[in-house]
Amino acid sequence: MTKRAGMEIAFAAAEAVALCKPDVVAAYPITPNTHIPEHLSDIVADGRIDAEFICVESEHSALSACCGASATGARVFTATSSQGLLFMGEVMPIVSAMRLPVVMAIGNRALSGPINIWNDHSDIMSQRDMGWISIFASNGQEVVDMVIQAFKIAEHREVLLPLNVNLDGFQLTHVVEPILFPDQSEVDRFLPEYEPYATLHPDKVLSMGTLGMPEIFTEAMKAKDVALINSKKVIMEVWEEWEKLFGRKYEPIQGYKTEGADVVLLTMGSMDETAEVAIDELRERKISAGLLKLKLWRPFPIEELRNAVKGAKVLAVMDRAVSCGGAAGPVCAEIKAALYGEPNPPAIVNYVIGLGGRDVTVDDFITIAEKAAQAEKEKPKEAYEIYGVRGS
Amino acid sequence: MAKKKWPETWQEFNLGGMVFSPGNASEYHTGSWRDQRPVLDASKCIKCGLCYIFCPEGCISQDADGYFVADLDYCKGCGICAHECWPGAITMVEEG
Repeated sequence: MTKRAGMEIAFAAAEAVALCKPDVVAAYPITPNTHIPEHLSDIVADGRIDAEFICVESEHSALSACCGASATGARVFTATSSQGLLFMGEVMPIVSAMRLPVVMAIGNRALSGPINIWNDHSDIMSQRDMGWISIFASNGQEVVDMVIQAFKIAEHREVLLPLNVNLDGFQLTHVVEPILFPDQSEVDRFLPEYEPYATLHPDKVLSMGTLGMPEIFTEAMKAKDVALINSKKVIMEVWEEWEKLFGRKYEPIQGYKTEGADVVLLTMGSMDETAEVAIDELRERKISAGLLKLKLWRPFPIEELRNAVKGAKVLAVMDRAVSCGGAAGPVCAEIKAALYGEPNPPAIVNYVIGLGGRDVTVDDFITIAEKAAQAEKEKPKEAYEIYGVRGS
Repeated sequence: MAKKKWPETWQEFNLGGMVFSPGNASEYHTGSWRDQRPVLDASKCIKCGLCYIFCPEGCISQDADGYFVADLDYCKGCGICAHECWPGAITMVEEG
């Protein structure tokens, strides 16, 4: 039977991992993800799961250990944040190139400097092109659901790619929420044992992670790109199955009151639910506003986005990271690329918001919706703004 | 010239670039990279085997007469053998 428990989301994420019975967990503590591996180490020490918890000396070692363990056919998990993810950076594209289904939770945190332990999305955005499936959670329930789904998606024979579940640092990692946990038998039925495509084993010799000369490198990258694009089919199947089993629906882009909306906001992560409240208020004031919550960041849901914005007059894209010196934030740049050449696309305005733990409030989204509506009328050349920055 | 061993299309690329035939690195003849080759003067060679020990490719082996000879399929022409050969029996010669 499904159990309802009030729990800090980081702990809940660890409980969700435990339900998936990992063989190996390797992680190095860094705020704000730390409670995830900390609680997992408790679970392993208490003998609740039969897993190796490898205390490594760095994030580089954590992901390297996961890479090696996954290559032997183990189900593996790691978690990190911010600079820790950067330190894993060298190994990130290797794990995806080797097609190893490592699952990672990222407690999203700003990249230094200045040193800042609070939330934004600059850590994951720096790893955007590493060939990982990348999913964003709005709340604790989604974190738990997505972690369990993650193993099924990543390990699926038609996917075999690493996957990161993103949960906003503090806004999600450290918040206590009532969360529904499926019981062990439900998870066991949903999530089959991992059957690796190939493993490192002395009885059946093979090589993984070999050199790729110029004659093969382009084809290797094409194969990886196609694998990531094709993973969307399995992600959708797994989400449909989840909805049938547990009644909670997941989509690459989830709409909230977008029906006939002129002004559409687009958010990710913990901003989603704050923005929902803003949309409710705007609707009460008879302002035709709606919200798109982007859940699937990689593979980017191009077709779903094109359908979701049909009819909208203006799309306000929130970016929780700065692409320094760029034309737009990383999310908005992607959205513009996906909508370029579409018939009657909405005007697109881009707001960088919530950097390094700056609060993002309901009032902010109301202001942004109003600014976006104004921008649609005035069509300014510059439709990019670091929202709320002090100084004119 | 090494024989082409890579798949023609991306669809034929093994999952994760895995190599299922161990030891096939020997099929790749790195000797084609060489622009100088070691030439042995047997009259000076004392069969000490230092060249064999120092060769980073491990491509030097002893022939039937006990001389140490580089396998030119793999010798990259680095010249370490010639540098280490104290009797001066090995000279590096430009490839034609």
